[in-house]
Amino acid sequence: MGSGDEFDAIVVGAGPGGVSAALTMARAGLNVVLFERAERPGQKNVMGGVMYGRMLADVAPDTWRDAPIERVVVDERVWLTTPDTAVSLGYKHVPHADFSAPPNAFTVLRVPFDAWFASQAETAGALLVPGTTVEDVIVEQGRVVGVRTGRADGDLRAPLVVIADGANSLLVQRAGLSRPLEPREMALVVKEIVALPAGTIEDRFNLEPGRGATVEVYGSITRGMAGYGFIYTNKESLSVGIGALILHFMKTRITPWDLLEGLKTHPLVAPLLRGGEVLEYLAHAIPEGGVRAMPRLYGDGVLVVGDAAMMVNNLHREGSNLAMAAGRMAGETAIRAKRAGDWSARTLSVYQDLLEASFVLKDLRKYERLPDLAEHHPDLLQIYPALLSEAIHEMLTVDGVSKREKQRRILRRVLAQRPWWRILKDAVDGWRALR
Amino acid sequence: MKIEEKLYTLHWKHDKQSHIKIVRANVCLDRCGGEWRHPCTTFCPANVYEWDGEKIAVSYENCVECTSCLLGCPYRNIDWKPPRGGFGIEWQHG
Repeated sequence: MGSGDEFDAIVVGAGPGGVSAALTMARAGLNVVLFERAERPGQKNVMGGVMYGRMLADVAPDTWRDAPIERVVVDERVWLTTPDTAVSLGYKHVPHADFSAPPNAFTVLRVPFDAWFASQAETAGALLVPGTTVEDVIVEQGRVVGVRTGRADGDLRAPLVVIADGANSLLVQRAGLSRPLEPREMALVVKEIVALPAGTIEDRFNLEPGRGATVEVYGSITRGMAGYGFIYTNKESLSVGIGALILHFMKTRITPWDLLEGLKTHPLVAPLLRGGEVLEYLAHAIPEGGVRAMPRLYGDGVLVVGDAAMMVNNLHREGSNLAMAAGRMAGETAIRAKRAGDWSARTLSVYQDLLEASFVLKDLRKYERLPDLAEHHPDLLQIYPALLSEAIHEMLTVDGVSKREKQRRILRRVLAQRPWWRILKDAVDGWRALR
Repeated sequence: MKIEEKLYTLHWKHDKQSHIKIVRANVCLDRCGGEWRHPCTTFCPANVYEWDGEKIAVSYENCVECTSCLLGCPYRNIDWKPPRGGFGIEWQHG
């Protein structure tokens, strides 16, 4: 493979972060090579399924309308479950009838979406090299100067390497940008694609054609582990999945497939899936450690974006949009570096500044303490949904008992399961983690 | 739905060589059995790891490349590398 100054930048990984970086650079005239280990971008990539329009349109302002989306999300629900009940919270809206502005949120399947997205970078001039695993970074005198691929004679050098190889990034470790991650800092998520006719989905979720719903499921279904389940509507399938911290899987010895079966057979979930055929079973790691588990985001000749940089806001189920925004900022940083003819950490630190000024690092800093709460108090996800469910059940049961007596019963039952000082402490911990 | 049926929905391009190695077999036998009871045999979503009474048997052809075993082995005893370019899992939907 070539050497010298053929390329301005090497991007490793054709997911949302890597493609956004490659697209931004290529459009500005930089010579970019984009490595992807799958034969076709998307074939190795998995997510729950919700993506956000704004960050996509920022990267692909002229072509986002052509993106292969599944359904525009108009109905977002949260369920707090016990084994046979759910307290439900939802928000539904009527979106723009046309595509004059990008929809806020939409569902995707990553195989078609990522293939399309990578083709945008190719159209802009980036050289896509699929079917190629990048096995290492080449470091000389503390400076990243290229990558080592699995191909024969597979070293390639360039002034910049953008690491976007996804969760549990091997290259971030090899570049010396991070300590090893801990099993409390990563979740494992499994999901299934369940095929159903479009009309059946629209009937079951009360949707107009083309519109979609999302349900995040908390509570008993994670069986004491920190995590949650989800049901997302695609055109002719549902994405149904569930995840929890790897540490909690290790300790509980619950298998991921049993956990998923538990969600699918929950009495409130099962009717939504009835008659559906499982097309695919998938698994993926999701970064959960937040800002405290982030690697250094830049160095001499190197930038890190997306899941490789732990850029996931799990509470708001955002990740691909953070990756797209960060990829764009990495691209903009590279454009400056090219203009200045300086690819040292001093110039590349602009990337950190851009991220700090944006929602990406502001949001991740806001929830800095949340991973601690999730790790140490997964029981909160069992206790409070159950108490809430009991309280509502009591108030809704018309049995001749006065409402004031019912309030007393609820309070007695709550305090029997959780003393008042623990409730106070939970509230303070929760506030500190979320404020 | 059993795990075997779930895995039956998947497509791989199988490599002849494994991308997964157990670094020190004695760690699984001497330490993990007593201390952790081989968590890789339960958290791996593709059922790649099985305890045969003496050692962990690795069905690397089942691997869906989630990378959980990199962190989930309490002894960092699983050497997992991405499969060679073009090999391994090929999602059809994603």
